[in-house]
Amino acid sequence: MIGTDSHFLNTSQNHHQVNVCSTVPAACGQRDALQTPRLSTMSQTVPPVLSVHPSRSLVDEKLKVLVENLPPGSPVTLHSLHRSEDEHYWEAYGHYVSDHRGIVSVAEDSSVGGTYTGIESMGLLWSMRPVPGSRKGLRLRKMNVRSPMLFNISVYNGLITEGFREQTPLASALIERWYMAPGVQRIDIREKGVRGTLFIPPGPGPFPGLLDMWGGGGGLLEYRSSLLASRGFASFALEYFNSGELESAELEFSYFENAFSIVKDHPQVIPDKIGIFGLSLGSIMTVYLAAESTIVKPLCCVCVSASHFYPPGKNLHGVYEVMTMKPHMIRVDENGHHAWRDMGLEIIKEPSYRINVEKINCPMLLVNGLDDQNWPSVECADEIAQIMSAAGKGDLVTRLHYPDTGHLIEPPFSPHFRATKFKTATGKQKVILLWGGQTKPHSDAQEDSWRKILSFLQHHLYSRETPKARM
Amino acid sequence: MDRKQYCVKLSVQPSRGLVDEKFIVLVQNVSPGFQMTIHALHKCEDGHSYEAFAHYTANATGTVNVSEDPSLGGTYSGVEQMGLLWSLRPVPGSKPGLRLRKVNVQTPMEVTISVYQGHQTEGFMDQVPLVGVLVERWYMAPRVRRIPITENGLTATLFLPSGLGPFPGLLDLWGGEGKLIEYRAALLASHGIACLTLDYLTPEITMETGKMVDSQYIETAYRVLEQHPQVLGSRIAMLGLSLGASVTLKMAVYSQVMKLRCVVCISGSHVQPIDGFLEELLNFCRINSETKTRINEEDQVIYHDLLLPIPTDPALKVDVGRLQCPLLLVVGEDDQNWPAYESAIDMKEMMEKAGNSHLLTVLSYPNAGHLIEPPYTPHTRATAFLSVTSVKKVMALWGGETVAHSRAQEDAWRKTLAFLRENLYGSSNCGF
Repeated sequence: MIGTDSHFLNTSQNHHQVNVCSTVPAACGQRDALQTPRLSTMSQTVPPVLSVHPSRSLVDEKLKVLVENLPPGSPVTLHSLHRSEDEHYWEAYGHYVSDHRGIVSVAEDSSVGGTYTGIESMGLLWSMRPVPGSRKGLRLRKMNVRSPMLFNISVYNGLITEGFREQTPLASALIERWYMAPGVQRIDIREKGVRGTLFIPPGPGPFPGLLDMWGGGGGLLEYRSSLLASRGFASFALEYFNSGELESAELEFSYFENAFSIVKDHPQVIPDKIGIFGLSLGSIMTVYLAAESTIVKPLCCVCVSASHFYPPGKNLHGVYEVMTMKPHMIRVDENGHHAWRDMGLEIIKEPSYRINVEKINCPMLLVNGLDDQNWPSVECADEIAQIMSAAGKGDLVTRLHYPDTGHLIEPPFSPHFRATKFKTATGKQKVILLWGGQTKPHSDAQEDSWRKILSFLQHHLYSRETPKARM
Repeated sequence: MDRKQYCVKLSVQPSRGLVDEKFIVLVQNVSPGFQMTIHALHKCEDGHSYEAFAHYTANATGTVNVSEDPSLGGTYSGVEQMGLLWSLRPVPGSKPGLRLRKVNVQTPMEVTISVYQGHQTEGFMDQVPLVGVLVERWYMAPRVRRIPITENGLTATLFLPSGLGPFPGLLDLWGGEGKLIEYRAALLASHGIACLTLDYLTPEITMETGKMVDSQYIETAYRVLEQHPQVLGSRIAMLGLSLGASVTLKMAVYSQVMKLRCVVCISGSHVQPIDGFLEELLNFCRINSETKTRINEEDQVIYHDLLLPIPTDPALKVDVGRLQCPLLLVVGEDDQNWPAYESAIDMKEMMEKAGNSHLLTVLSYPNAGHLIEPPYTPHTRATAFLSVTSVKKVMALWGGETVAHSRAQEDAWRKTLAFLRENLYGSSNCGF
């Protein structure tokens, strides 16, 4: 019977702690198990069994982490470690006590300490943060979506809070987390002057399409699109200015219309079932396209941390100009982090900047964090809803807003960043921008909003029609 | 364009799983009562294609869930969550006698699951399905390490689980065809056991010298495991299938070197000359095959009687009454290749007489055949077989009826893992 041998069991407080590394004694050293005397017993003892299911999964899927064969009532630390593509280390950990069978089940047991507490089946992922000693303002993003993110899940003896790298775990397992399902096609797009990557779901198709736009950091971010394609939507991750080069972006409105057409015209995309997905600056473009374009007719829009201001007639460069008009309004907090929210509030007061959202004729899902410190996106969403209501189109707007949630609402289980380094449009300077949010509520918001976003897209882009009999 | 086409939503979860993990196939967004065929297609490494299919009718919410809804016909029927895998068979027009086996275990098996409209039975390749997804089935969990072993004249591969260990170990032996078969060892390593799969019939050394190996070869392999820094030397098991089980029983009882925690024999027999080793065992089989091989009307070869009747002469069977560690016997009652069932009965008797039958567990499956493999491996009743004792390939009859055999594979695997876990991870000592 696993874990109930008399050598292990002792129901009194001073239970024997088995030295499980006896084959390599030098490596174990002394571990600080909390208040329990350690006893070196038999040699060749088998370590606890750690299993993580599934060992390969998509990033929005849940995991079951199980530790078995521990001594009963044993305090242990579950730890996750990830080495990012830019070679920074991220970690999370939770403190647990095994039950009478010597089992810890992360999905069912409560973490009593660590980077997360309570019953959190995915806490080992969403509560990750840079290891001590890391640079400030790091952000974890997968750039190459064709390979998985690797996470090392380990279980350590005792309740540990630091120095994981110097200790030997009782057991560990490696898991893969993918942004791309098997069979998803990745296509580089360089067409009509438009740059980006198109992801097509597996299968014969054709599929509904999405134009996917990120925010003011620029560059080409593929991970959300590859994940959307893994969920059945042909998704085009659009690059519309180089990383940190908003200042030089000369993009006209037509760039985005061309991008939309590229999706529409693709043989594996259903031309009249295309939506737009935008975050932050991307959502400005989303709202503007939906309202003003005569060419682009999205079937629905998702706007995360939306804004509805756009200096009329200007290209993207104009946006940059406006954004830098009132730098004195940037609030710098006690940590030296820049919050643009107040500056944003000032900027959006200008009526001529307001996009005519009442011209929008498609359903919109507005997702906001109530602690958005980067932009007054909540106020913007309020106003968008108001304007649409006044125009008799209130039923087109669905709002999701989350308390203690910041600006960067990403796919679920990715770590929360309250503030990260950002190459601002004002040249080469890097500052740390405050996005807002508290880790636990922000992570809950990411999980909840993703499910609802997929459901919204599913409903509008895959809406069921009565099938005709095929003879 | 038929707009209904893109309404259908198909998901298979997990899309990347280990070969012994279950998946959930879900079809949504069709109209209630919609008739469909769910189809699985796999193209093997050797270029042959296999397919399975089942007929379903959507419920009132326009959904089909393969783990809950019955198939109304196809290569399987009834509620069968994994039927799309275990009922795979060569596509029409294929060569007879094919067997689906993964050779390169470092890449996944890719299976395309698709939905076709209506209840169809053929011509899938000539149509475009409504929707399809790609599923990966892996024999190796992330960071399981594959290490070829050639030292000391061995032809073997070691699979180490991911993590630091140390891990319990297992020696894995296959049957009369020889060759180095890796997939079961890779899968066991994915479950935390350091597994060494050993080619003992056709290793380099035999191919070069023409001589069969002796029992020291097996002991050498055991030593390699025992002494490996990431293996717990006192927690080593042995698992053999078919002829491999014969070798396993021989070593488990008579080896002075090997101290096994437990033994698993699948479709095996204890009947063999006690004296000598492989050479003698193969001769024994060869001699008997001259008079006891049967051929049925379909020209399929039945080797079942080669070891029958079970001898009473103690020189002709491994004395399992001397076994000192737990033994798990897995047998199919419709085994046409080897008298595993009859042997199991005799072994039980011997152990009862000797007083060590408390070590014995027998898993006996009605209508299961000889090739009891990891779960969801497609069942074949007869396949082309070239044993090391013959010069030409025959169509060997393995036996088994597909549904019963598939159930047996699933059940036996689960119980084998539990048996190994209990004996390799538990702290009771070997022997009493």
